[in-house]
This record gives sequence, C-alpha cells and structure tokens, in this order.
Amino acid sequence: MSVISLNTGLIIAGILFSVGFIGVMIRRNMIFMLLSIEIMMNAAGLAFIFAGSRWHAPDGQIMFIFILTMAAAEVAVGLALAMQLYQKFKTLDTDAASNMRG
Amino acid sequence: MTLLFYIAAIIAIFSTVMVITRTNITHALLYMVVSLLSTAVMFFIIGAPFVAALEIMIYAGAIIVLFVFVVMMLNLGKTAIEQEKQWLSGSGWIIPSLLAFILLIELIYIISAAPISPSAGASIPPKMVGSAMFSTYLIGVELSAILLMAGIIGAFHLARKKKHVVHRFLQQTEGAEK
Repeated sequence: MSVISLNTGLIIAGILFSVGFIGVMIRRNMIFMLLSIEIMMNAAGLAFIFAGSRWHAPDGQIMFIFILTMAAAEVAVGLALAMQLYQKFKTLDTDAASNMRG
Repeated sequence: MTLLFYIAAIIAIFSTVMVITRTNITHALLYMVVSLLSTAVMFFIIGAPFVAALEIMIYAGAIIVLFVFVVMMLNLGKTAIEQEKQWLSGSGWIIPSLLAFILLIELIYIISAAPISPSAGASIPPKMVGSAMFSTYLIGVELSAILLMAGIIGAFHLARKKKHVVHRFLQQTEGAEK
C-alpha cells in the first residue's frame, strides 16, 4: 500500500469537515443540515483512519465503526424529527420551529 | 497509488461542495454517494480495506437509502426547489463561508507546520480489527448496541403518526358547544 503522509490526510479531513460545517450554517432545509452533519462525521472518521494507519494500529478503524454506528442512530432519529416537522408545519424550514412553546 | 489517492481526494472534496450547494435534494444525495465512494477508495489505498467495505455498505448503502426513503415519503415538489433557490440566492451564505474558510486556513497551517510523519504504509487486516474490537473495546460494542436500540425506539416513537382518538361522547359535547 502506498505511503501518504499523515499531514495530507488530516488536511483532507479538515477540508471535508469545514465544507460540512459551512453546509450546516448556510442551509435552512432540515434534510440538508442532517446531510451536512453526516459529512462532518465522515470527515472525523477519516481523520481517525489516517491516524490509525500512521501508527499501524486497528484502534482508528474501531473508532470509525463506532462513529458509523452513532451516525446511523443519529440519522434515524433526525429523519423522524424531520418528518414530524413536515407534518406539523408543511415545510422543512428549520426557522418554522425556532419558537419554543411550552 | 499516490496519484490515485489524490484523484479520489479531489473527487471527494468537489462532490461534497456540490452536496451543500444543490437545490434539489435528490441531486445532493447522488453527489453524496459519489463523495462516500471516493472516501472508500481513499480508505482502501491507505490500507484499511475493512472500513472501506463498511463505508460503502453502511454509509452509501444504508444511511443514504434512508434519506432517499424520507425524501420519497415527504414528496417534495417544484415549490421546494424554488424555495431553496430563493434561500441560497441571498447573501446570507457569504460571511459564514468566509469565517469557516479562515478557520480552515488556520487548521491547514497548523497541520502543515507539524513535522511530516510518513504513514506506516502497511494494510491493517480485518482480523486485527476484529480481535481488538472484541477484546479491548468490548464495552464500546455493547454501548453502541444500546445506542442503536435507543435510536430504533426513538425513531419509531417520533415518526409515528398520532392517532386522533376522540370518544364519541366527547365529540358530541364539542359539537354541542359549537
């Protein structure tokens, strides 16, 4: 397998993470925000894999598997919330649900 | 192999940028699949074949399909795309992007300033991952099982349509009040 320096891998993970971060900030559609959160978690997992590959240890891959599990659980709950939002307000705009009514 | 890695990285970054700038959700999901597949290629090249397979199966195969199902159930039409265009055309996205870009530049500077550490360059077989996962990280596996269970129950509870149960006597009294 080829030799890629750890710095390169971390820079790629950082770029992907900030693209996801920009996505969370500029979009108002709830599904796009969830998708951007997925991008951010994937980038974090990428950093773990690169670090694990650097030290030739399986720990990074195990952390990635845990991140994957968490992403799956998070997206299931998040999409259920998105459906509830759509049923209640007939829109996916997160600003529609910005007021808390106790 | 190094060239292949850089090509995959460029495809991943480009398609991720396309994901957050699309107005049609379905197009964004397709770009997301491309991004995840190129990430899997990167994993394979740096010597993590097991995680590359998991990335394709779970991210591209399960999570994105969940998104597609929800988009199908919501049945968003042309009006949603028009609304998205209207939201994105404003200048509200420039300043957050600029701030995040400055942070990214700082991050890249910090990472590049560190001494260059070459990777070990050897593949980590699935056997090693499995044996470490079920010995050192056994408690983590159990906790993630609990998390998945909580996720299933939470999703079921939240997505359930509330049955509007009204007793017929109550309905009559409501009607009488009107």
